[in-house]
Amino acid sequence: MTAPAPAPVPAAPAAPAAASAPAGPPGRTVPHPAVRRARRRNTALGMLAWLAGIVFFLPVAWMTLTSLHSEADAATNPPSLAAPLTLEGYREFFATGAAGPWPSLANSAMASVFSTAAVLLLAFPAAYALSLRPVRKWRDVLFFFLSTKMLPVIAGLLPVYLFARNTGLLDNIWLLVLLYTSMNLPIAVWMMQSFLAEVPAALIEAAQLDGARLPTVLGRVIAPLVGPGIAATALICFIFSWNEMLFARVLTGVTAQTAPVFLTGFITSQGLFLAKVCAASVVISLPVLAAGFAAQDKLVQGLSLGAVK
Amino acid sequence: MTGQLTAASPPPAASPPRAPARAPAASGRLRAWATRAPLLPALVFLIAVTQLPFAATLFISVFDWYALDPGGREFTGLSNYGTVLSDPRLRSSVVTTVVLTVSVVLASLLLGLGLALLLDRSFRGRGVVRTMLIAPFLIVPVAAALLWKHALYNPEYGLFNGALAWLGGLFGVDDPVQPDWLSDMPLPAVAASLVWQWTPFMMLILLAGLQSRPLETAEAARLDGAGSWQVFRYLTLPHLRRYLELGALLGSIYIVQHFDAVFTLTAGSLGTANLPYTIYHTFYKAHEYGLASAAGVLVVIGSIAIAVFALRVVSSLFSEEVSGS
Repeated sequence: MTAPAPAPVPAAPAAPAAASAPAGPPGRTVPHPAVRRARRRNTALGMLAWLAGIVFFLPVAWMTLTSLHSEADAATNPPSLAAPLTLEGYREFFATGAAGPWPSLANSAMASVFSTAAVLLLAFPAAYALSLRPVRKWRDVLFFFLSTKMLPVIAGLLPVYLFARNTGLLDNIWLLVLLYTSMNLPIAVWMMQSFLAEVPAALIEAAQLDGARLPTVLGRVIAPLVGPGIAATALICFIFSWNEMLFARVLTGVTAQTAPVFLTGFITSQGLFLAKVCAASVVISLPVLAAGFAAQDKLVQGLSLGAVK
Repeated sequence: MTGQLTAASPPPAASPPRAPARAPAASGRLRAWATRAPLLPALVFLIAVTQLPFAATLFISVFDWYALDPGGREFTGLSNYGTVLSDPRLRSSVVTTVVLTVSVVLASLLLGLGLALLLDRSFRGRGVVRTMLIAPFLIVPVAAALLWKHALYNPEYGLFNGALAWLGGLFGVDDPVQPDWLSDMPLPAVAASLVWQWTPFMMLILLAGLQSRPLETAEAARLDGAGSWQVFRYLTLPHLRRYLELGALLGSIYIVQHFDAVFTLTAGSLGTANLPYTIYHTFYKAHEYGLASAAGVLVVIGSIAIAVFALRVVSSLFSEEVSGS
């Protein structure tokens, strides 16, 4: 028991001890030095991971904390952690503009929900065709879907803007719905294709032998099986639509303004409105944070277009 | 359901065919169409909404079109392309785009690799740490940019200078350095905020890669006396290669197009204007439609070059998965 000194043993002497393992340490109750070394290393690496997590989370925590301070307390240097908490920033934020941020939040919700619904309606049958009943050259089709994601949206924005201006669709939320649908459709097709590929073909054949038509097969047989996958796809489409700013900035104005565009109003806000800016950022990020935390596991698969399982 | 959708998308561009007609078993041709039919709505819609605008951009790019000059739209051939290629502002935005993309993707990939390796082992509170690490990726990009601009980088009351002042106070420095981050180092400041947002994404992809790695080979290698570094270098890293490529590829696709941070943090000033910002500015603020379109076409050409490489990567990822079917 006395032999392995409790003092932190440097790595050098521990190595030979590990090499002479078969000889056995004197005390059975004391873990093998190599085991203890590995444990210590694990603890250290665990602490390092915690440190990294805290460093990355710090700005988010800081944003939240600042949003809960009064403007005077928010704008101090060095920062005051002990300042009293208040919802003043949030009240100020919701009092911005004539109707507050509500119209823009409603527009964002509309654009995100409707485009996500449209994406799912278009992508589900397409993914079905691509995964369960492969058409000829179906991989080329799949790659075409993906390739549209690789073209910079900025290069097609001007004609869309001119089209919208000439048809009176400028500042119309349905135009955003349409564009967000096309923006998310490739991702959705790819994700769903990878989920559907796991549905056993025999199941579908059986349903078809029973006389089920395609809508029934899709709705009654396949959809329940890939439900979680569909939910994940929907969440990711929702997140991307909610976050989008360039289209919304160029194509909407007052009535169809989305939440990110509303946020751009704070870009030049100087000095006294830090708590309000932070409150705005928290409120507008909240739906995405909630959706993202809920779909953590599926997030990677979705964002890597179904390529990573 | 389909009817509801068409109602939801006003322009007539995409009126997808309804559910496929039932194919009589007799006709092979009809059956082939029935097989394809579920694919068509999505395909037609996507071609209409993404490819037509690009075609229009191509068309506009050969005109000299200054929107504020009413009669001023005339065919100029390829001269817009010459102007774009010789315009120092546009050329510098190409350089900025490349520098920003490469530095952000590399830095977030390396950091993400380190974090993925840390999170691949079990320790107390791993779930909490993972959730904390994902948070930056889930903040709305404009909100993230505002957070960095106002709450972190602000020279007077931002967290960074506040922390420097606090540290200075601890060590008895009366006059600690208080840089104006966005003016003193604009591009690194933009890059840092993007690295913060994208590292979690890289970590998630690489973590998925690490967790899909076969453990037996590593065990066998360890029994044969391989050290941690050797296992990492000769087993883990080769296994991760495709995941690293995928992360780099997807990161590039998104960062090349990134607009929000540049728009919010610096409004394209101080040498931070990337191509999306410059094109946005050229048509939305400067009203040079022809020039903006030519620049857009050049961006597409550049992207196609990346995409060709990218599709090969994805194709290799994909081929294993489907080789059986």
